[in-house]
Formats: sequence, C-alpha cells, structure tokens
Amino acid sequence: MAYVAIRGGADAIEGSARLMDALRAMGASAPLELDQIERQMPLLHSRVLSEGSLYHPRLASLALKQSLGDSLEAAFFLRAYRSTKARLGETAPHDTRTMRVVRRVSAAFKDIPGGQMLGATPDYLHRLFRFDLMDEDAGRFDQIARDWFGNRPKAEAPLTFPKVLDTLRAEGLLAPLAQSDESPFDITREPLIFPVPRSAQLATMARGETGGLLALAYSNMRGYGDVHPTVGELRVGYVPVMVPHPVTGKPMEAGEVLVTECEIVAMFEKTDSGAPVFTLGYGACFGHNEVKAIAMAVLDRAISVAREKGRVANPSEDPEFVLLHVDGIESMGFCTHYKMPHYVTFQSDMDRLRAARTKAGEAADAPR
Amino acid sequence: MHPVDTMGQSRDGAAYGFAFLDEDAKRELRRAIFKAVCIPGHQVPYASREMPIARGFGTGGMQLTLALLGPDDTCKVIDQGADDSVNAANIRAFFALTCPGVTGTLRTEAASVIQTRHRIPELPLRADQILVFQVPYPDPLVVVEPNAAKRRRMHGRADYARLWVKLYEDMVAFDEITISHRYPTRINGHYIIDPSPIPRFDVPKLHQADCLYLFGAGREKRIYAVPPHTDAIPITFNDVTFAVESFRDKATGKRHVCRRCGADDSFLDEFPDNDGARVFQCSDAAWCDMRLDRLEAAE
Repeated sequence: MAYVAIRGGADAIEGSARLMDALRAMGASAPLELDQIERQMPLLHSRVLSEGSLYHPRLASLALKQSLGDSLEAAFFLRAYRSTKARLGETAPHDTRTMRVVRRVSAAFKDIPGGQMLGATPDYLHRLFRFDLMDEDAGRFDQIARDWFGNRPKAEAPLTFPKVLDTLRAEGLLAPLAQSDESPFDITREPLIFPVPRSAQLATMARGETGGLLALAYSNMRGYGDVHPTVGELRVGYVPVMVPHPVTGKPMEAGEVLVTECEIVAMFEKTDSGAPVFTLGYGACFGHNEVKAIAMAVLDRAISVAREKGRVANPSEDPEFVLLHVDGIESMGFCTHYKMPHYVTFQSDMDRLRAARTKAGEAADAPR
Repeated sequence: MHPVDTMGQSRDGAAYGFAFLDEDAKRELRRAIFKAVCIPGHQVPYASREMPIARGFGTGGMQLTLALLGPDDTCKVIDQGADDSVNAANIRAFFALTCPGVTGTLRTEAASVIQTRHRIPELPLRADQILVFQVPYPDPLVVVEPNAAKRRRMHGRADYARLWVKLYEDMVAFDEITISHRYPTRINGHYIIDPSPIPRFDVPKLHQADCLYLFGAGREKRIYAVPPHTDAIPITFNDVTFAVESFRDKATGKRHVCRRCGADDSFLDEFPDNDGARVFQCSDAAWCDMRLDRLEAAE
C-alpha cells in the first residue's frame, strides 16, 4: 500500500516539494542566475525554448532552474504557461531570407553565394576535456571576451544571405515554391485528425522532442526508409517577427526570434509534367537546435514520400506514427503516469487471472 | 467531522485567471461538451491545452472540470476512489489554487462536480451532479486497430466486428472474457466507448443514470459523454453474462467484507497488511466514512 496509505497524500506531496527545493539549496554552490543559464548553457536553453513552443527566453531559464535541469520538465513549464494565454492573432508567413544569420552551411556545394559561415559549432572540435575549465573566474571570462572582440574588424560579413536552394530552383532542378494562401493549421487550437495538412505536420515536429525526432529520423537514415538527404542549407540566426499593427494592419517588427532552419534535398522523383526534379524536406524550430532541424527535415521528406506514393513502408513515413509520438510533453507525461496508483485496475486484473486459472484448473481436472 | 475547505485562498494563484485556462479555451471546451452530450458516446476532438500537471495524470479531466466550475460550485476529486490519494490531492490542490470561491468537499452527496480516476462513487449520483472521468485511452478500438483514421471510419459505421472477434478469441483461449477494466460499452445503441479504466464493477452504473458522465482524454484530445437516462450496455454474448469483479473468499465461499465498515456490496481494495495477511477495505473512501458515521449514529 505504501504511499497511498499515508494519511493525506497532500502532506506527502508538500514534503516532497520541500525536499526537492532543499536538494537544490544544499551544499556550498551559489544560487544559479537566470543569465548564467541563457549565456552558458545556450544549447540546453534552446532545446527548452523549442520544445516548450513559447518564445520566452527568460522563462525558459527559470523553467530549467525550477526543473533542476530536466529538459523535458522545463519545456513542460513553458507549455503549461502557454495554456493561460489567449491567441491574439496570426502573422503572415516569414521569409527566412531576412534572418540575421549567425551560422550557415551547405553540404551540397563547395562554395555558396555569400560564402559558407561556420559560426559557433562543436562539429569539428575534439571532444577532449579542457581541464582548465574546471576552475574559471570572472577575470578569465573578461579576458576571453576581450580577446575575441579586440581583433574583430567591424561588419566583416553581411548580415543576411541569399538561399542556397534558390540557385537550384533557378536551374529548374528543384520545383518552384508553391504559393499557398491557405491558413496554416494551428496545432494549439485544433487536434490532429488524420489526414492532416503539411503545415500541421511541420508545426507538430517544430515543437517535438529532439530525441524522439532523432530516433525516428535515424531509423530512416539507417535503412528503414530511403530519403538519403543532402543538407542543402542549414542556417541559424535571428528572424525579425512581423505582426500586423492592431490599428493599421500593416506589418510591424515586434522583436526577433532565434531560429534554426534546415532544408534537405533528396533524390529526384518523376513528375507528372515532364522532367524529374529534386525533392525537398524542411525543418525549422526556435533556438539553436541543429540535430532537431535536420531530423525534422528528414521526417518531413519521409512522410511526404509516402503521401505521394500512397504507400507507407516504414514507421518514419507514417504521419500518425511520427506525429503522434514525437511530442515530449505528452510522451514524458504518459510514461510518468505509470508511477501513479493503479490498484483498482490491478484488482480487476487479478480477478480475471484468478477466474481464468480456476477455469484452467477445472479443465485439467475434468475426465478426458 | 467532514472537513470542508474554501478553495482558492493561496496567494500564488493570483497571477492566473479564474480556473487557469484562458476564456477562449473554456468556451471551446464547453462547445465540445455540448456536442458530446448531443451525440452520446461519440468522441469529440478538441485542442486540449497543456496543463501544469503531466499528461497521463488527468489533464483531460482537469480541463473539463475547469470549464465546468463556477465560483458557486462544490468540487470533489478522487483517485482509486480515495480523496487522499497522491494524485487526487495534487489535482485538488491545483483547483484550490486557481478556482477561488469553489468549495472543496470529501462528501459525494455534497459535490456538484466530481473528478475521478478509475472509479464511480458507490453512492448513486443525482441529476444535479456531474462526474468527470480522466481518460488515458478514449478509443476502445485501439486494441484491434492502431490507425486512428481507420478507427474513426469504423466508429462511423458502427463496425465493431473485430472487437467481437477479440471477445470470442478470449472465450476460445480462456473460457472467460479477460478484459478486466476499460470494458467496451455500447452507448445508446451505436457508439462503443472506452469507459476509462473503471473496474467492471462500475460499468452498470453508467446505464440509465440520473447524472451526466463526461469523459476527458487530454493527451489523446477527445471528449465524450454518457448523458443522463441513456443506455450503456457492456458488450458480451447472449450466452456469456457480463461478470463484475468477484470478492468471494475461495475458502469460505462467502464474499469478503470491508474491514472498516463491514460493507459487503462495495468495490474492495485487497492488500497485504504488515503481517502479510490479505485484508479488504472499501475503495470508495467517502462511502466507507458515511457508513461508519451511520453505524456510529445508530449506536
């Protein structure tokens, strides 16, 4: 019986919450400041922003602090907070050509218009410990920043770049962008009833859990699928958010959001109207989350392939299988709920097992 | 004797509006509730907001309750039949935080809205009461068909053949229908529902009841209802009777009774005491307390 038999589950919960808080405060470490989380763990912070699907950097930091660093729980805080906010309006589609880019690479071409821009990435670093980081102080931080900014010429690179895929489109190797006036499917206001439009597919994955998306995309990459992607362009940067002015209706800039965007080019398909063209997979999310954006682009392509062929051959191609299982808030919650008391249903289970065992015993005893 | 508290006294709740959700969300929920009542047993899709309690812990039930509660309401929350179960206590604390004015109660008869997980109270509910179920799996067809789009078609056509086949296969393999809880139940002659993980013991209470039963699945984003005075029939064969949980003691041939109040007709929790002996006790805490009070008063 254990915990349910304790008089008053409320007291137990209260005690547990206090212990959680005490564990955080015990020992000699200084309280974590929100700025430290955003500045020094920006990738963890990005993950929470993206999976929480609410662009609120400060609350994302608070969420990480309050959840003791659990990224699933932290994203959950943002999501729950989101439920208290009304939907105020809808923006026009945003063109990521306006992005203030901090990093962009293409695997498809040696050089690209505007140039490859590696930015900050651990991709080509050796994962060897820098033991000197074990003991740093504020003076050292100042020195690192001074060294970096000291030798920097101003505006050495342009802020915005053309899209790599535009070159492929110009040559006709990629189908032209289809213009759509259709209102995007809002997954926060409508449940997914299959089949769902591609906008619902993209929105669901944009706030999906990184690990979940990665596992499904990886299954496709390994052989349970045949997308064979090439990263046409991966870019990270700040996109100005344009919202309609409440009075004039004209778009005005309300701020900017950090976004990771990935466009993958996949093997070509025959088209009804003549020459074959490359196909495209698209991934984008809040924050700096490259693995997530790539995985999303692969899954977007995989689902589209199956839709075009009218045949699902692998789990990663099945929109239901992918879209209903990549949300971290939902999957984590349901997994956790198994810790709750289930003794009424278990009583029923025992009743059925005992009845079936009695019948089995009677059958064994019966003369043949 | 029965503790009654006023909900919504915490200062921490002040940062949020009444009943947590924004008003548009509540309006959407109420529309879905109306539709569910109009089409008994039909699973109505709705957007389902994230709650500050994890998916799987009753977020569907919570959204229904939050959309139903007004400041004049009296609310009760149970889990496994008990008010003091950890999850019930937690949800109750959330309502207390976010619904100022709403009265909390442990007494079944005093509540206007009862949110429950896994049980229907023993005391029959009245026409002015609503029972809100927390639902993990809204679709009874999920055991025979994983694809949601196909399941929707099957429900529309009342095509439940594969569920019947499953029951038949049970009879062939075990000479028993082995579904222990979440027993598929036909509502108003058409839709079959998953009545949430209530034991079979509680299923007959759905049939022609005075109260409204509302079911909310938060993660799966569905709401459905069994309205008052509606047929709710657990599916079975003509020659196989629907059997509720047996609490018969194999040794004596008699039914076990509650060790607290002596009830011989309630759903019992069975558990080992400190000496390892099996003991039985009412799962519905309010029912058990009410019976004890009556016994005391009679003495």
